[in-house]
Amino acid sequence: MTLPKFEYFAPESLEEAQQLLLNKAEGAHLLAGGTDLLVKMNHGLLKPASLIALKHIKGLEEITFDPKNGLKIGATALLANVAAHPDILEHYPAVAAAARETANVQIRNMGTVAGNLCNAAPSADNAPTLLAMNAEVLISGAKGERRLPLDQFFKGPGANALDSDEILSAILVPAPDSDSGVSYQHISARGKVDISAVCVGVMVRMEGDICRDVRIFLGAVAPVPMRAVKTEATVLNQQLTEEIIEKAGIAALDESQPITDVRSSADYRKKMVAVLTRRALTEARDRALNS
Amino acid sequence: MKHPIELKINGDTYSLAVDPWRTLNEVLREDLNLTGTKLGCGSGDCGACTVLVNGRSVSSCLTLALEVQGKEIQTVEGLAPSGSELHPIQEAFVETGAIQCGFCTSGMEMSAAYILSQNSSPTEQEIREGLSGHLCRCTGYIQIVEAVSEAANKMKQS
Repeated sequence: MTLPKFEYFAPESLEEAQQLLLNKAEGAHLLAGGTDLLVKMNHGLLKPASLIALKHIKGLEEITFDPKNGLKIGATALLANVAAHPDILEHYPAVAAAARETANVQIRNMGTVAGNLCNAAPSADNAPTLLAMNAEVLISGAKGERRLPLDQFFKGPGANALDSDEILSAILVPAPDSDSGVSYQHISARGKVDISAVCVGVMVRMEGDICRDVRIFLGAVAPVPMRAVKTEATVLNQQLTEEIIEKAGIAALDESQPITDVRSSADYRKKMVAVLTRRALTEARDRALNS
Repeated sequence: MKHPIELKINGDTYSLAVDPWRTLNEVLREDLNLTGTKLGCGSGDCGACTVLVNGRSVSSCLTLALEVQGKEIQTVEGLAPSGSELHPIQEAFVETGAIQCGFCTSGMEMSAAYILSQNSSPTEQEIREGLSGHLCRCTGYIQIVEAVSEAANKMKQS
């Protein structure tokens, strides 16, 4: 188990990283935590000529929150630090939960939330919640900086919207409305450490017991984390009763498009989509009502 | 091209030149003969290669040696530096029968050290969660969980 050979660069600024990325063109790959990248390289799936490490860029690991502008998670913020950050635990409990439920202790001490998104696995644990919360990504490239809604970021299994000169520098999550609630739910064979067979992120905004706004995203049941539009329609402007939530679960089962693979059969995934959608809607509703 | 680096391991500083593609695990085992750290799956699933970097548990098989220069690295050899007296975690592993073939042990012990550095009185559930990134192919998990709990007791008494 030896990694293929590569050149290594450790830029100390985003500009320097940018320049290296431009100069090295197609053969370069960005390195954050390395917990996905080095595995792919070990297995011969990727053979970059050079790696550009991002962890030496000062400030890129920062997590900041303010009640007006919301949350900013820097590209090299560790999963463990996102999971334990006091502001995230208080204002974004589902974002913290998704980070805490990703992989295992060691991987969370190395890997990043941004890396989990850039890797663009359909099963990415951190995607559904951030998508449900209308997150954006901050991207810096040769032509300057741009903001992209996260729901336009995923292009297929392993494919994202970054151009070859671009770096995802931060994840931006709006401040949650006081009458909203968010939930992350997932299921996997080992329960704790392995890749999710199905994962679901839900945000609801409640007016009394009526759901006035909703975003539901399903992971690992389509080529990218998918928005469950028909499911949302079953709950929008409805009382979130057990009966409506049951209907929403069936709608999510119907519109999901899972495949059978090593982690789960398509049939099982469909059943679990219904279960997890119900659980997520229930928790999001309860959080909204108690907020 | 080899890069000159300094690695601080168990309090000692090592100066060496390493190729960028070499992992911390390879450098520990092959260059420095610190073979207490094992290599299992090579993909972050089994935990056999766990070491502490700046006090946090990481998989040394997925860590480039170049990425940890200047940081404090602790391996299982650093748990009982004198070589004569065992660390309370090691004593507890021996006493509870938490070691069968031994291949997972050094990684388990490093995660035990990490768990206890964060929380001196972990519950059984917290220990299980803390060890969830480890596999023991002898399946002696119950004794390993007991060992961590017993180590917590020993470390509070000492």
